Amino acid sequence: MKTKLLTALLLGTSILGTTGMALAEDVTLNIESWRGDDLTIWKDKLIPAFEAKNPGIKVVFAPSAPTEYDAALGAKLAAGSAGDLITCRPFDKSLELFKKGNLADISSLPGMENFSPVAKAAWQTDDGKSSFCVPMASVIHGFIYNKDAFDKLGIKVPQTRDEFFAALDKIKADGTYIPMAMGTKDLWEAATMGYQNIGPNYWKGEEGRLALIKGKQKLTDPQWVEPFKELAKWKPYLGDGFEAQTYPDSQNLFTLGRAAIYPAGSWEIGLFNTQAQFKMGAFPPPVEKAGDTCYISDHTDIGMGLNAASKHQAEAKKFLEWVASPDFATIYANALPGFFSLNSKPVKMEDPLAQEFVSWRGKCKSTIRSTYQILSRGTPNLENETWVESANVINGTDTPEAAAKKLQDGLDSWYKPAK
Amino acid sequence: MATKLMATKLMAAETRAKRPIRWHVGVFLAPAVLVYTAFMILPLFGTLQLSLFRNIEQSQVFVGLGNFRTLFGDPNWSVNFWNALRNNVWFFIIHMLVQNPIGILLAALLSSPRLRFTAFYRTAIFVPTILSFVIVGFAWKLILSPIWGVAPHLMDFVGLKSFFTPWLGKEQYALTALSLVSVWQFVGIPMMLIYAALLSIPDEVIEAAECDGVTGMAQFWKIKLPLILPSIGIISILTFVGNFNAFDLIYTAQGALAGPNYSTDILGTFLYRAFFGFQLQVGDPNMGAAIATIMFLIILAGVCVYLFLVQTRLRRYQF
Repeated sequence: MKTKLLTALLLGTSILGTTGMALAEDVTLNIESWRGDDLTIWKDKLIPAFEAKNPGIKVVFAPSAPTEYDAALGAKLAAGSAGDLITCRPFDKSLELFKKGNLADISSLPGMENFSPVAKAAWQTDDGKSSFCVPMASVIHGFIYNKDAFDKLGIKVPQTRDEFFAALDKIKADGTYIPMAMGTKDLWEAATMGYQNIGPNYWKGEEGRLALIKGKQKLTDPQWVEPFKELAKWKPYLGDGFEAQTYPDSQNLFTLGRAAIYPAGSWEIGLFNTQAQFKMGAFPPPVEKAGDTCYISDHTDIGMGLNAASKHQAEAKKFLEWVASPDFATIYANALPGFFSLNSKPVKMEDPLAQEFVSWRGKCKSTIRSTYQILSRGTPNLENETWVESANVINGTDTPEAAAKKLQDGLDSWYKPAK
Repeated sequence: MATKLMATKLMAAETRAKRPIRWHVGVFLAPAVLVYTAFMILPLFGTLQLSLFRNIEQSQVFVGLGNFRTLFGDPNWSVNFWNALRNNVWFFIIHMLVQNPIGILLAALLSSPRLRFTAFYRTAIFVPTILSFVIVGFAWKLILSPIWGVAPHLMDFVGLKSFFTPWLGKEQYALTALSLVSVWQFVGIPMMLIYAALLSIPDEVIEAAECDGVTGMAQFWKIKLPLILPSIGIISILTFVGNFNAFDLIYTAQGALAGPNYSTDILGTFLYRAFFGFQLQVGDPNMGAAIATIMFLIILAGVCVYLFLVQTRLRRYQF
């Protein structure tokens, strides 16, 4: 196919000169992304699968470094040299691009109906009327545990909070393993793997999150303070010197088999599978009483949008339709275990750990991180403050109540919910 | 009046006649002036200008000193600013109290004629200075790591294990620990400058002192120290400028949020967060420029104090 086309193209150019060019030339779509890690997956799996079905469209995946992505993309968009397809960060960063007119409105794109409102929320205007990115993947929070350690110590997978702390006590009493691998040095571990991980069970997922945005609940309400209280209880179970333990330290402690439980995000699965020499399992954040509804943080992380200035709108839309299809979801989710498709149609995955994580979607209610939508627009930034305060609570610098009060005061100083 | 004017004009004409316009001065200065203007002076004024505007509804609006009013008046900004300034002052104090005296001491030891392997020590102490901040930050994070670090093991070796704490993770120690890391990295610079100053003291002066019976410690305090005071002044001002511009080490070791609980936040990291944003925080170049302007003024004030109050009073000796 390719060679044929090439010959045709060469013949065309040789016989007809430049006039023949346009007839046989492929349309090339460029994808902007910060996921350099995924380059091989795009090149070897995703793009060939699309190109096979859509002859005449070539796709190039051109990632830049994560820390430079936003600045580089902004500059390219301003200069008019950005790619046709743009990988979207969740919430405000993409919303800003949409407001500037850099991203096209794709609310009516066929395939968008495959996504739930929570999945789409990350790439919608505040009123939910227009969508500008196709949701690609989310990450789910929970706990990954060392199965060998649990078997050796005769611990059952905890369902309730009491069982969870009983298990931690047992591991601590035994002394072979550090009960929980987490540090507070990098701050975000405490907030993302701690507060946002166990929190949804207290504030009832979406119900609490939306009430907070509407101003009907406050961060000083019990359901928002309780997760901090639980975090404070984690302190004795963390390793020696956890105050200076960094995120890679925690990862290594767990994969080296020195710690039994790892408060996790599903993005760890790929790495842990290659590094850990023991069997692993996962459980969702424990609930208060057996049988309680469980809530999980199923956080929307990556989407893809259409550059409004693209010269190949029709072809790019075709690609986005494909991204919204179950075909794409299956390839993507299997190539990157831990990044789960947001497609409502169930995707078959091979990785057992990833299957475990995604199975919680069936029995628990999904929500996203409470600080991401709207609430982190002002100064002080609620997300950053949550990092600092979650670490403070674990370190014992602040009481849960004081931490919650600081967060609410900071939020009150700029956020006036619509009454 | 008229005659006086005439006279001046005449004199001016005379000098003009005597001294042709020396084009070569301008030509030789031009590259440096142009480069310096393009890369230092214009951006500086750009920053000052940026700090007077604010982004309202996607367009830059002139707000006068509004950003500065926010910075000092709004507790959401001012608390962080004063915290960063306080930390920065402490960072500077540690350098002045530890780095510079140690640098002088090392230089004095190095210049002692009886010391062997001088070249080796000199190089070894100076090497960290040329290392990248990223390497220094990372290496010390590893050394001090409670999990894999050498520090807890070494301290265990000499029976001091009980004194080990995860310094970089404790609010009360983190900034001091990082200041000392920075001291370790940069102690070579005062050492080199003082060493050079000590070497430039003529032997006759030293010999004369010896004839007068001033030897040993007294010789250092009474003869050498006064002679190297101008160098110490230069080092102090270099330390001041360097410390109030510092950013890299804190950023590589503690991240942009300068944890725990902002205890290692200095002006540089505060500026970074404001200007470029961090995670979900969207950068605000105007507030960032306002902070940068204040940093510039602080450094300018410090340098002026040095130039007009200290340097003019330093006595210089000519040999």
